[in-house]
Amino acid sequence: MRAASHISFGERVLRLFMPIVALAIAIGLWEAVVRYYELPPYILPSPTLVFETLKSDWGTLSESLLVTLRTTAIALLLAVIGGVLLALLFASSRLVELSLFPFAVILQVTPIIAIAPLLLIYLEPQTAVLVCAWIVAFFPILSNTALGLASVDRNLQELFQLYGANRWKTLFLLRVPAALPYFLGGLRIAGGLALIGAVVAEIAAGTGGRGSGLAYRIVESGYRLNVPRMFAALLLISLAGIAIFALLTLIQHLTLRRWHESALDRES
Amino acid sequence: MSAPAHAAASSDKPLAAFKGVGKTYPNGVTALEHLDFSIGRGEFLALLGPSGCGKSTALRLLAGLTGPTKGEIVRHSAGSHDVGFVFQEPTLMPWATVAQNVRLPLRLKNIEYQESRVQEALALVGLDDFRDAYPRELSGGMKMRVSIARALVTKPQLLLMDEPFAALDEISRFRLNDDLLALWRQLNCTVVFVTHSVFESVYLASRILMFTPRPGRVAAEFEIKAPEPRDGQFRTSPEYGAQCREISAALANVMADA
Ligand SMILES: Nc1ncnc2c1ncn2[C@@H]1O[C@H](COP(=O)(O)OP(=O)(O)OP(=O)(O)O)[C@@H](O)[C@H]1O
Ligand SMILES: [Mg+2]
Repeated sequence: MRAASHISFGERVLRLFMPIVALAIAIGLWEAVVRYYELPPYILPSPTLVFETLKSDWGTLSESLLVTLRTTAIALLLAVIGGVLLALLFASSRLVELSLFPFAVILQVTPIIAIAPLLLIYLEPQTAVLVCAWIVAFFPILSNTALGLASVDRNLQELFQLYGANRWKTLFLLRVPAALPYFLGGLRIAGGLALIGAVVAEIAAGTGGRGSGLAYRIVESGYRLNVPRMFAALLLISLAGIAIFALLTLIQHLTLRRWHESALDRES
Repeated sequence: MSAPAHAAASSDKPLAAFKGVGKTYPNGVTALEHLDFSIGRGEFLALLGPSGCGKSTALRLLAGLTGPTKGEIVRHSAGSHDVGFVFQEPTLMPWATVAQNVRLPLRLKNIEYQESRVQEALALVGLDDFRDAYPRELSGGMKMRVSIARALVTKPQLLLMDEPFAALDEISRFRLNDDLLALWRQLNCTVVFVTHSVFESVYLASRILMFTPRPGRVAAEFEIKAPEPRDGQFRTSPEYGAQCREISAALANVMADA
């Protein structure tokens, strides 16, 4: 009974290949400019050189990639736990919500780059990086989940009331499922933000920290004017961001595809 | 009188009575004013009136989902608060299948889950084949029928229905009308039924309350005289036509006075 996807085959090919073609043209232009003007690598490395550096430095870079990914993943996990628990607390007590929500907002609106140096004084660099990533990832999960828990259909709520449902049943059978799409939307934002938070904090920690994440590699290579390696590390950060986004989008789609409007196949 | 004492007492005492009930919403809209009526045990009561006159509000007050701002509602319900409610909108959980939606009242009331009950309720509304479908895969009328099945699954003593058949085609509506009447006789329950349709209310109800435009109050009351059990023959009988005419005229009057 499910409506088949109505996007034609040609359209799919176009959607997939046009960005690739555009990217290939851009990289080709970049390569041509560098060769034509004979730009030295410390001004602008050619794409081939960046790829070669990626290959030759893969040992160090892959290790750094793992460090950054690990920090992001742990920060995201802690943000999910903290954000969801606090949202549930907000949902059960208006007093708690009124007293704590402003602080969550303050934490969110204060730029993380300004908090990082302070955290670095009080905490081990690795912990400080983790805390920074957590701070930025935490808020979208909290605010989205809280919004979801609060936006339950009023008639459904009355139905539960009519059948004498207790708090727990109302929470788990009604409010949690209703909040799920909101939570997953928040999670998708938080994944990207956790990576950004980790990168920002690593840069703030700079060479002073003993960190070894990708952003640290960028700072370090910058001091040595190893521009190709800066590009290689940057490329890895972008790819990591894309992978996180794709993974969380997939999770969202798989969880909601049976029932939620957002996962409906588009018709016509 | 040879009727047993307790039966006489229970038929004397109405199931619920609205006494000078008024309802003003927080936004200042007065939906109901000076609403006085009572609901007898085992009766099939239809609430008829123009759109926005407070019929849904009266039903929600009766279910105890909201409180009156004036007057009081006296309830003499025996035992547990055993109510089924069909909202004006289907009000289904979009994340749950049809069967899970119908099962919900049993879960919430801690009634042991009986597959046969869910199956029976779904069969009654003709949706046995769709038990594993999700609400978004159903048409508007099918969603409404799921909502009806859900209200029936507990076999409630008081059934409140807010325009349950408005989204259905005439054939399904007629069939569900008859099913509802059969169920009402079989369960011996009380039904309060909101509708816009004079024809439907005359076919179903033992008594009709006509509301005035907002703020709603009872403008007129009609006892429907019909042979029991009612069936398709009643729908084409002269008595039916005469009563429909009378009530349509009264409704036109009420609307004109506003
Ligand atoms: N939650 C609410 N808050 C404020 N006003 C409301 C609310 N619910 C209903 N009303 C108002 O109360 C009046 C009566 O509403 P109600 O839904 O009871 O009408 P109704 O008779 O059921 O109408 P219809 O036949 O169109 O369903 C309307 O004017 C409506 O605007
Ligand atoms: Mg209504």
